[in-house]
Amino acid sequence: MGQPRVIIIGAGPAGVRCAETLVAAGLRPIVVDENRRDGGQIYRRQPDNFTRPYDKLYGTEAERAQALHASFDALRGKVDYMPETLAWNIFGGKLHVVRDQRSRSLPYDALVICSGATDRLMPVKGWHYAGTYSLGAAQIALKAQACSIGRRVVFMGTGPLLYLVASQYVKAGADVAAVLDTSPLMRRLAALPKLLARPAVLRNGLALVSYLKRAGVQVLTGITPVEITGSAEDGVRGVVIRDNRGHERSFECDAVGMGYHLRPETQLADLARCTFRFDHETRQWLPEVGEDGRTSVPGVYLAGDGMKVLGADAAEIGGRLAALAVLKDFKFMVSDDELQGLRAEQAKMDRFRRGLAQAFPWPAQQAAALPDDAVVCRCEVVTAGDLRRTVREMGAQEANRAKALCRVGMGRCQGRYCGHAGAEIIAHAAGVPLEQVGRLRGQAPVKPLSMAVREEVE
Amino acid sequence: MNHRFVRLAETNRARVRIVIDGQPVEALAGDTLMVAMLNNVRSLRESEFGDGRRAGFCLMGACQDCWVWTAHGTRLRACTTVVAEGMNIVTTQPEATWANLA
Repeated sequence: MGQPRVIIIGAGPAGVRCAETLVAAGLRPIVVDENRRDGGQIYRRQPDNFTRPYDKLYGTEAERAQALHASFDALRGKVDYMPETLAWNIFGGKLHVVRDQRSRSLPYDALVICSGATDRLMPVKGWHYAGTYSLGAAQIALKAQACSIGRRVVFMGTGPLLYLVASQYVKAGADVAAVLDTSPLMRRLAALPKLLARPAVLRNGLALVSYLKRAGVQVLTGITPVEITGSAEDGVRGVVIRDNRGHERSFECDAVGMGYHLRPETQLADLARCTFRFDHETRQWLPEVGEDGRTSVPGVYLAGDGMKVLGADAAEIGGRLAALAVLKDFKFMVSDDELQGLRAEQAKMDRFRRGLAQAFPWPAQQAAALPDDAVVCRCEVVTAGDLRRTVREMGAQEANRAKALCRVGMGRCQGRYCGHAGAEIIAHAAGVPLEQVGRLRGQAPVKPLSMAVREEVE
Repeated sequence: MNHRFVRLAETNRARVRIVIDGQPVEALAGDTLMVAMLNNVRSLRESEFGDGRRAGFCLMGACQDCWVWTAHGTRLRACTTVVAEGMNIVTTQPEATWANLA
């Protein structure tokens, strides 16, 4: 047998380190990436004619970003790099990709899925108004395009990204009206022992909060979102919340950046038929992974935030570990010392991850409290009331059944942004545990394809 | 004010001219189509469900809330398309017209 054919999906921190490790072992992997440039979302590169230096773009992570970009530059010519290419299905031992309206299928012996994460969203009444963006979107507008999402921005939600993006906006000269965190401060204190697994990262996080306060930005914790106000024609005009003492407060703004930490992009793992398990800590279904990123399906591996949201540094480790797992499974020599060292590092990352989950919890109770007229599914404009009626009058107690009956999660984002909240609403309305509601099945194509796509016959 | 996004830096780039709903406007080379548009107008499209205008949501090609159309009817995902000189964009879905053969 010749060299194993390895395909890596994604050129973010996990994908790049995975490719590097495989190349070092003498392999030539294919790297499929949907973006125009490598770096993923976190280390997304700005266009060539932009001039901001690394420290301006990536702050405390400038060195890591530069190192990752340099590593991938050095791999060019040693990997088969396919940018602007969407991996849209996994079927019959082949990865199906499309680029420039042309579809191809790529056979593989090992497939490493480094699909990354997207923002985890909890709807609020009015979040369909123009001017509401995900936190990730707000960051991309700034990092990749040097723009603010509006003239006066409110950041609302929870998680480390909330404070990171808000402080990046302030530093860049944007007008930040407020930072509104649903997590109470007490949770953060309780999570401290776990967060101390990565003291430098914890220090950076605390510095962000004090930077925002020094800059005069209102930072409120333990808030409850009430609604985003605005008009159908012109979009966002303000945000209404209840503060931690139950007082209603409103903030004028024309843009909202919203997010509740991140969720892994697991559609491809699902299409590859990987087994999923319910994670009680974060209240979501995740692919089951064994040691070093092996899934329940032989030949399919996961790494980075697409497996479990551990952050960028852990994604680099995860990419290396998955590469070593591939090498080991194909009978290459692998250094046990290297493997042990990486696993020990990753254990620390996982302890920190659990600290973050504890400090910035998914606000499940908000789903139950959503008013009936709040839009849950932005794509198909399905309201919380529509969904509750589907449960109570049509008896849907399972996510895919509810989707079939009222189209929640059936739209063009395929449930990425409403799936988790939708499941919470179903569980509450049906009076069943969330686990019992199940999860929206991944469907091919994982993103819309044009009717004009043609298959290349090889 | 008739634009949504605000440029904070990187404004010394070459100008690019495009047309949005028949109006000639200016953008900058290296803009995504979404950024080019939202520095000139307030929204990108009309929701199909009657709940108003939309201006995108995720900026990373995941939500598909930023679809716009060329005057010829080609659909573009504005957040992952790079702006190009002379683009002629419409923010309402062009009506498909079918010949009446009856």
